[in-house]
Amino acid sequence: MYELIVFLPLLGFLIAGVFGPWIGARGAEYVTTGLLGVSFVLSWIAFIMVAGGADAHVPIGNWFTSGKLVASWALRIDTLTAVMLVVVTTVSFLVHAYSIGYMAEDPSRPRFFAYLSLFTFAMLMLVTADNLVQLFFGWEGVGLMSYLLIGFWYDRPSANAAAIKAFVVNRVGDFGFSLGIFLTYQLTGSIAFDQVFAAAPGLAGKSVHFLGMDWDAVTLACLLLFMGAMGKSAQFLLHTWLPDAMEGPTPVSALIHAATMVTAGVFMVARLSPLFEMSPTALSVVTIVGATTAFFAATVGLVQNDIKKVIAYSTCSQLGYMFVGLGVGGYSLGIFHLFTHAFFKALLFLGAGSVITAMHHEQDMRAMGGLRKELPFTFWMMMIGTLSLTGVGIPFTPVGFAGFISKDAIIEASFASHRYGAVYAFWCVAIAAGFTAFYSWRLIFMTFFGERGDWSATLPADAHDGHGHDDDHGHGDHPVKESPPVMLVPLAVLALGATFAGMAFLHLFIGGSYESFWRQSLFLGQENHILEEMEHVPALVSALPTLFMLGGLLIAYYMYLVDRAAPKRLADAFPAIYRFLLNKWYFDELYDFIFVRPAFSIGRLFWKGGDGAIIDGFGPDGVSARVLDVTRNAVRLQSGYVYHYAFAMLLGAAALTTWYLFGGTM
Amino acid sequence: MGIDLSHYLVLGAIVFTIGVAGIILNHKNIIIILMSVELILLAVNINLVAFSTYSGDLTGQAFALFVLTVAAAESAIGLAVLVAYYRNRGSIAVEDINSLKG
Repeated sequence: MYELIVFLPLLGFLIAGVFGPWIGARGAEYVTTGLLGVSFVLSWIAFIMVAGGADAHVPIGNWFTSGKLVASWALRIDTLTAVMLVVVTTVSFLVHAYSIGYMAEDPSRPRFFAYLSLFTFAMLMLVTADNLVQLFFGWEGVGLMSYLLIGFWYDRPSANAAAIKAFVVNRVGDFGFSLGIFLTYQLTGSIAFDQVFAAAPGLAGKSVHFLGMDWDAVTLACLLLFMGAMGKSAQFLLHTWLPDAMEGPTPVSALIHAATMVTAGVFMVARLSPLFEMSPTALSVVTIVGATTAFFAATVGLVQNDIKKVIAYSTCSQLGYMFVGLGVGGYSLGIFHLFTHAFFKALLFLGAGSVITAMHHEQDMRAMGGLRKELPFTFWMMMIGTLSLTGVGIPFTPVGFAGFISKDAIIEASFASHRYGAVYAFWCVAIAAGFTAFYSWRLIFMTFFGERGDWSATLPADAHDGHGHDDDHGHGDHPVKESPPVMLVPLAVLALGATFAGMAFLHLFIGGSYESFWRQSLFLGQENHILEEMEHVPALVSALPTLFMLGGLLIAYYMYLVDRAAPKRLADAFPAIYRFLLNKWYFDELYDFIFVRPAFSIGRLFWKGGDGAIIDGFGPDGVSARVLDVTRNAVRLQSGYVYHYAFAMLLGAAALTTWYLFGGTM
Repeated sequence: MGIDLSHYLVLGAIVFTIGVAGIILNHKNIIIILMSVELILLAVNINLVAFSTYSGDLTGQAFALFVLTVAAAESAIGLAVLVAYYRNRGSIAVEDINSLKG
């Protein structure tokens, strides 16, 4: 059964990818979606079985053996994997179905569905990995598919640039990740999780010499591995690719850049919890980086105008929450938030996709407004997603939307934690909760409330450039109408998850059944009592996220519904801050200055100087120039005058005769 | 002092040299090149006749007659080519005829 879950999407990819031209777009859609549907059903069965205690280890084969290094293909099915299987196949199946409607006008649908299925396969390989190298295989597989799907509309230069950016930034993280794998192998002599985890407690106090300094071995390994997680999960400093990745089709954003691939880093840290638990320093770094990301991305989200960019920064911010949850030692908190986030963020993205289709590929919120009446279903779905994301619920009770339950648990845990940096993390995530409410409600108010064109005065003159891949869709000429049922049903399913996933699974994930649910898949050290401590935080702390959330909601309500001039006044009052946020803290410019331009000038130096002047100059170009010089002189011998030729003939004849007559004697 | 074979040969050599020099040094007119070719052929004829007389074998003199005939035909063809060339290019100056270069 587990093989089927993992390999059915691969089969779907092969059928749609290889036989796409023969079975047609319709066939490719049905085959991939149908196979994913089977995988989805089996995953839930597997989840129920594993939750009942039936862990499994399914060997598939040997990949390579080199001396002591043995990498095998195997599926490691424990609770952590089962949770991820459910998340990945559910969202992937719904996104497949949704794409049938969303991509209906695209000419290369077989390719799209093949990519989606192959992505799902790679992601499933990642979450079922039994060793670090197999994890890396899945890791790179999803990276590749992310690249291909961001650049799916390859005739758009911006999509290609975004795809390359995503790939290159991920390489930075993956460099650290692979170094981390090497170091882990060197320390433990194995890459299989079981052996690595068994050896982890013995590593305490060991040190390695690296970059001229002695480092704590486990800390260094964890930090290097975490670097990979930072790249994949778009954490602070390596986050720049995620907003640009919104160039891809919206279902891709929902599947890859919200629900599954970007959470691979969270999964990886949770999977390696026995290793991370050995290093409080590394966990502090995880906490601080996560908190910084949560805060930073939320601030940038406040002022963005592209509907997908707002949700993208929101994703970035929520990933920061997950890392804070992991960093304070509550691995199940991070995974729980990953689980609920997959539902409500996929819901928001797919809802945004529905809005974008209805608006004929307009993505700027300033061109929208009043869509509540025209898109009632999408509106309510987006409302549920927003209620869930902003964490609406009744404080002090486990009643609320999914985001309320998982996010507030993280905020409480960050307060309860004694880890270095936890105080900073607490304030970051608590304030970010307020920002989250503000930008989410701002999105809803700008898009669905008021009247169309309420904000069009703030549109720049060239706002229509660069939007929409089909320019033959005129903006505004067509009536705005609700999307087809094939797109709305997945929204409804996700909305169910966004509403009830928190309440339904609270008990299993972080509540009383923690021990019997997770068993060995998450490791907590002796002194790690975070799940217990977070139950005893002061009442004010428990209520704080809700208060911040209400504050954000009220400010957004005032600024975007009551006093519509307020946003502009505020931006004019603090132009420096506004520009700073609008330009995403100038990270792109900073990286351009620090990395891109020096890289370009070094490249130019080697190109013009090294390759052009030295290698070509003394090599092919130099030789050919000398040959040209010689031939140019040879050409000069040929004057074209008959008498010159005759003279040469005569000289030749005289020379020959002379040689013939006297050659023998001289 | 009688006129012996060597005088004829010297004369032939002189005429031959004049012919060659006419081809090489002449930069004006292509007709002069034709005339020089005739001179070279005449030099050959002188040698043929001289050796024929010297060795008492008439074959050489018969060959001289053939050479004269061929030379006449060759001059006729050369002049015809020259006329055609002049019609096409408007010049028969040697300086202008250099299209043989690569």
